[in-house]
Amino acid sequence: MRRSDLLTLTLLALLAVLPPVFFCTGHPFYLDLATRLVILAIAATSLNLVLGYGGMVSFGHAAYIGIGAYAVGIPVYHDLWGGAAWLASTSGWVHLALAMGLSALFALGTGAISLRTRGVHFIMITMAFAQMVYYLFVSLGTYGGDDGLVIEHRSRLPGISLDNPLQLYGLCLAVLVATIVIVRTIMRSRFGQVIKGARGNEERMATLGYNTYAYRLTAFVIAGAIAGLSGFLMGNFTAFISPEMMAWTRSGELMFMVILGGTATTPGPLLGTLIFIVTEELLSHYTRHWQLPFGLMLIGVVLFMRGGLTGAFRRRE
Amino acid sequence: MDFALVFVQMLNGLQLGLLLFLVASGLTLVFGILDFVNLAHGSLYMLGAFVCASLTFLTGNFLIAIALALPVMAVIGWGIERVVVRQLYRRDHLDQVLGSFGLLLVFDVAVHLIWGPAGIAIPLPAWLDTHIGLAEDVVIPVYRLLIIGTGLAVAALLFWLVHHTRFGMLIRAGASDRTMAGALGIDITRLFTLVFALGAALAGLAGMLVAPITEASIGMGNSVIITAFVVIVVGGIGSMKGAFIGAMIIGLIDTLGRSFIDDGFRLIMGTAAAETAGPAVSAMLIYLLMAVILALRPQGLFPPSGR
Amino acid sequence: MSLLTVRNLGKSFGGVAATDGLSLSVDRGEIHAIIGPNGAGKTTLIAQLSGTMLPDIGTVRFNGRDITRLSAHARARLGLTRSFQITSLVPGMTALENVALAAQVQEGHSFRFLRPVARIESLRTAALDQLYAVGLGTRAEQPVTALSHGEHRLVEMAVVLATGALLLLLDEPFAGLGSAESARMVAFLKTLKGTRTILLIEHDMNAVFALADRISVLVRGRIIATGGPDAIRASPAVRAAYLGGD
Ligand SMILES: Nc1ncnc2c1ncn2[C@@H]1O[C@H](COP(=O)(O)OP(=O)(O)OP(=O)(O)O)[C@@H](O)[C@H]1O
Ligand SMILES: [Mg+2]
Repeated sequence: MRRSDLLTLTLLALLAVLPPVFFCTGHPFYLDLATRLVILAIAATSLNLVLGYGGMVSFGHAAYIGIGAYAVGIPVYHDLWGGAAWLASTSGWVHLALAMGLSALFALGTGAISLRTRGVHFIMITMAFAQMVYYLFVSLGTYGGDDGLVIEHRSRLPGISLDNPLQLYGLCLAVLVATIVIVRTIMRSRFGQVIKGARGNEERMATLGYNTYAYRLTAFVIAGAIAGLSGFLMGNFTAFISPEMMAWTRSGELMFMVILGGTATTPGPLLGTLIFIVTEELLSHYTRHWQLPFGLMLIGVVLFMRGGLTGAFRRRE
Repeated sequence: MDFALVFVQMLNGLQLGLLLFLVASGLTLVFGILDFVNLAHGSLYMLGAFVCASLTFLTGNFLIAIALALPVMAVIGWGIERVVVRQLYRRDHLDQVLGSFGLLLVFDVAVHLIWGPAGIAIPLPAWLDTHIGLAEDVVIPVYRLLIIGTGLAVAALLFWLVHHTRFGMLIRAGASDRTMAGALGIDITRLFTLVFALGAALAGLAGMLVAPITEASIGMGNSVIITAFVVIVVGGIGSMKGAFIGAMIIGLIDTLGRSFIDDGFRLIMGTAAAETAGPAVSAMLIYLLMAVILALRPQGLFPPSGR
Repeated sequence: MSLLTVRNLGKSFGGVAATDGLSLSVDRGEIHAIIGPNGAGKTTLIAQLSGTMLPDIGTVRFNGRDITRLSAHARARLGLTRSFQITSLVPGMTALENVALAAQVQEGHSFRFLRPVARIESLRTAALDQLYAVGLGTRAEQPVTALSHGEHRLVEMAVVLATGALLLLLDEPFAGLGSAESARMVAFLKTLKGTRTILLIEHDMNAVFALADRISVLVRGRIIATGGPDAIRASPAVRAAYLGGD
């Protein structure tokens, strides 16, 4: 077995065992932390598909988490308070379809425009489109605007209660495993080969006959849909959503997680999210200003640890 | 439609556009010459506002405070360039984005530690804090005219700098070309530091000018930076002319959209629907505009030649 | 009869014409060489034929279709591909993966997400065959970054061949090769004669005269003469403009 797969399995095994054990021994806080970690790891893994393998520095990934979470909150809101009967629903399937479908649509629309550009243009445009969604939800007073929206009850799914923290965690973990398997499979397939080729040498791919734009856009949409799914889980986890969840600095944190763990590797996003969440948690015990050491760490990683843990990891592999 | 109202809103749009230009011009200089993507540019805008606030309370005069805060901002820019930014010139854009994101987090906390979590309002001198009545129902704050005047003056200065100096030749030549700059006999290291300091002063100036209206607050830079990105993406990244025209377009469209779209929607749909759709559309307007422009011209309206 | 017809092609960079009213035709099955001094506009011509650069004026017809405004990938789909003067491979991949990626294009689309490429025998065999054909079979599993310059040129050739293109535009395939390597490349290109149509850009005159059915001479963006090797060798105009000036 390859080292990277071994590392992935080890991390997943730890996540499968430790948090539930803590929970059952009277430390529910750790299960909470782990749930957040796992949900963000799903988003980070999907970001790795475009950022890592595809070389598309997408700076708007938090928007999908928001779209996915509001796809839970808004139908539930209408179910409870009336109005927009066509939208009102507590069915998890409806929420899921909305979360992934709208995210995919948003990725398709914004990707179609931004993927015609490269480099700095791409970074700024993806950022701007994510900010558009942010301001959209700020402006929607019905759903709380700036203050956010409390999700009064969680999505209903057959055979599982998302109100039960353990069951919710189980679902999140299963989705994470599925996401990792999907991304890993895709990147080893013919499609993945084209995505990697387009990152490595775009002109060559075009002269071979590949419409790199179409392949990139497809990857972008897949990543968006998966991130929307993580938003669905996030909404059900926090039972509260606000535009703040999609501020561009959140997208920056997701990027940092991917890079910290190692771009274009299977365990990278999970490892990075783990280190990020644990560090954040530890630092927040000592100071309210955990962002300060964090910012310094970020600068340090960029300046002195070229390629983040990626480099270190690659060298070992 | 009410022409007086339209006129006042146009002035507001112009003011927003010029403030955006101050921020976007610094980004353009730093990106055009240094080839550096600075996410922390918004932090400099925020720092400008806070530094100016402190100096206003210290000196008792807003204008003196600005005059003093400008060199302070340049020095801060100089320091950042020396310590962090300089190491990142030859890195790819992803490294620059992350490095400057780190800077941004540090600045947000630093401001919090120095000035506290609450916003700070800056008092204006009495002669600035008045209105001029143009017609019976048209009043214009004097301070607004000051912002517009300052913005236009700085724009003129920058255009002179870009089009009539050796320094400007580098920008127009399409930038980060170190070999060419070297051949022109320019000390690159010093030039770069200078450019970054100038960009910091420009962003700081925008923050100082806006602070009496909105007050200095943490996070004010993080939203302006994205709007500035929209401006330069629309105008054509790296082009000063593009930054100016982009800023005007975005400033006007955003302001006019916010004031007239609601009414417009009320004419074509029910009040209830308009109350949701109006704010939603005006919140997204500049981004939708950006999408349309990019769909037609992926490189923006005035892409610099040679890039 | 002719596979590629170029009429009155023009491209200038800031007022300087790199291609200036250029006309040319390449017949099916021939090796057509283009020679010309440095900066004559050879690479610029290839770029416009392959679609990585669009001409200002003129038309390019390929296999009966006007392709002047077509994107590079659409042209490649029609059966026209190029090699690069400066080797252009995907850096993170092995030689085999690079060639397999070229072979993969023959399957039509690549929206295939499930099977790992490493386990697709047909691609592997096709790629290995091409690598053996250029003499690199034993180096297939090496990352391209670990290969020498000469080996890069050969992989580049294998990549171009693996696409199955009808027309190959080769931009100085001999550039930077030692004499033994050059000889091997000449021998190899000879084996392609008749099965593929080749537009060959080359400075190495021995190779050109050994391979070409016809030769066109490109000077300052224009074709000043076209003919068989003997005719070109004998042409006074060509001598004056090119061979003489060497
Ligand atoms: N992108 C470009 N911008 C400006 N000028 C260019 C560009 N590409 C090529 N040129 C100019 O066009 C002319 C032709 O260049 P080209 O590379 O086609 O020559 P070439 O015949 O391939 O030369 P060589 O034998 O050295 O490969 C040269 O004068 C070159 O400087
Ligand atoms: Mg050439």
